[in-house]
Amino acid sequence: MMKKIKDILNFRKQQTVPVCDINPPSAYGSNIITIKDLTKQFMGIRAIDDLSVNIPQAMTIGLIGSNGSGKTTLVNILTGMLRPDAGEITVRDKKRSHIKANELRKYRIARTFQDGRLIEQISVVDNLLLSVAENDLVDSLKEVSIKDYQDRLEKVLEMTSLTEHRHKNAEELSYGLRKLLEIGRVLMQDADIYFFDEPFSGLFPEIVEQVCEIICGLQKQGKTIVIIEHNMGLIRRLCNYTIVLNHGKLLAEGNPEEVLQSKAVRESYLGV
Amino acid sequence: MEYLINLAILFGIYSMLALSLNMLIGMSGLVSLAQAAFYGIGAYATAIGMTTFGLGFFTTIILGIVVNAILAFVVGKILARFQGDYYAIVSAGLSIIVFSILQNWKTVTHGPLGIFGIGKPAIGSYTFYSNTAFLGLVVIFTIVLYALYQWINHSSFGRVLKALREDEKLAQSMGYKTKHFKSVIFVLSASLSGIAGAFFASYIAFIDPSSFQLKEGIFLFTIIIVGGLSSARGSVVGALILISLPEVLRFIGLPYETAAQLQQMIYGAMLLLMMIFKPQGLFGKYRM
Repeated sequence: MMKKIKDILNFRKQQTVPVCDINPPSAYGSNIITIKDLTKQFMGIRAIDDLSVNIPQAMTIGLIGSNGSGKTTLVNILTGMLRPDAGEITVRDKKRSHIKANELRKYRIARTFQDGRLIEQISVVDNLLLSVAENDLVDSLKEVSIKDYQDRLEKVLEMTSLTEHRHKNAEELSYGLRKLLEIGRVLMQDADIYFFDEPFSGLFPEIVEQVCEIICGLQKQGKTIVIIEHNMGLIRRLCNYTIVLNHGKLLAEGNPEEVLQSKAVRESYLGV
Repeated sequence: MEYLINLAILFGIYSMLALSLNMLIGMSGLVSLAQAAFYGIGAYATAIGMTTFGLGFFTTIILGIVVNAILAFVVGKILARFQGDYYAIVSAGLSIIVFSILQNWKTVTHGPLGIFGIGKPAIGSYTFYSNTAFLGLVVIFTIVLYALYQWINHSSFGRVLKALREDEKLAQSMGYKTKHFKSVIFVLSASLSGIAGAFFASYIAFIDPSSFQLKEGIFLFTIIIVGGLSSARGSVVGALILISLPEVLRFIGLPYETAAQLQQMIYGAMLLLMMIFKPQGLFGKYRM
């Protein structure tokens, strides 16, 4: 018991030590996603309110804000789960009024969900294969072998510690393993843009560490990563850019250290 | 022996129906009560094709498949707008409409009088007059449908169907145009149930609309609930249990009227108990 407590305390100390190469670049590169005048209302309440913001390419972006600030709504719009009421989204120079969910693979966008959405009554392997298997209707009927995906599958199973659980249904997994399976699913996609919606919530410290390593691995590959997270320690540790939302509007953006020091952010979000 | 062959033929026909329905409900989660309608259309395509136009049995199977596929494609477009309970209700509506057409379009279907003298299958000069030979043909088609079910189940296509039965939006986010997948499986399921209809018409040699009412669709639903959702083996076992049940009651020696009513009660009780205690069925892999 004492050892466990020591481990947790040591882990908390380690949390302040960056594991990723997160130094902000001297100049931000091009924007992989540009959002202009985006609005989304629910029952007359503006969850996203005339928002214009850019997602810089090959950066790890912390998307933060208090509850109800519009973080998840924004990610849902950018991943086709919601249709905006107004505004424009440009993904890789292609302007759109909205993104369709089934276009995500084309745009090389992958995401996880705050509530851990999995296909519960199929196996871990099938959950992972879903994100890479043939998506053309006729070709998908012909595809009965998984050998084309075998190497990637084994690698992801190993990274997410799911090798021994591969034949279990998703519903049989513990909370932590479910989170890892969801992350595994997006890793299978080999996307360019990753959205992680509260990937650390409710996780035991060892698994938090494991998820951090996975995100750092993506960062080293030059992927664009957007993380919704309330833990500022993790934001400082993983992100080299921060976007702060407040009541659906952009409150601040830029280098995490500078943003988190700004008076407006401290007052509205951190409450200090 | 002839009695057992008769049972085996019916068992084969209902296995085909259950396999085709399980593709839709078990694999894709689309609860359709319209299967009896497509079964009926297949049967009437064979009956009308053979008696009115003198077509061969296998030609009428293709005719039934084509008619069912076209109807299912059109209806599938409408059904694709609905989910869950609404899907089931709209599909039940289709079943009632088709039954009404069969009942009232007397110039073509002969209405409640039905169609007599439906011929047996023939290949070249050989006609499948004997029940044993007919059973052989039914077994071959059942095996083909079973293999097709397993093929789909193990393909990427089948995996997508299983994903959309639980979370269609999530499946879409992985690049799948789920409406197309739903439409294709509906067309496939409808077409295959038409094959079973063709065998039924040819075997019984007489059909009328009463065999293809909504209650037949519910009976088929009971078969796959008992046998197991999303399971080829479950479809066959479910058909075996529910086709055998009336025969068991007959051997007990109950009067016909009592046995018929008891049979309905037992079907209802089985459906209820399975949904409560074993919602995935005997061999199923999916709970609704």
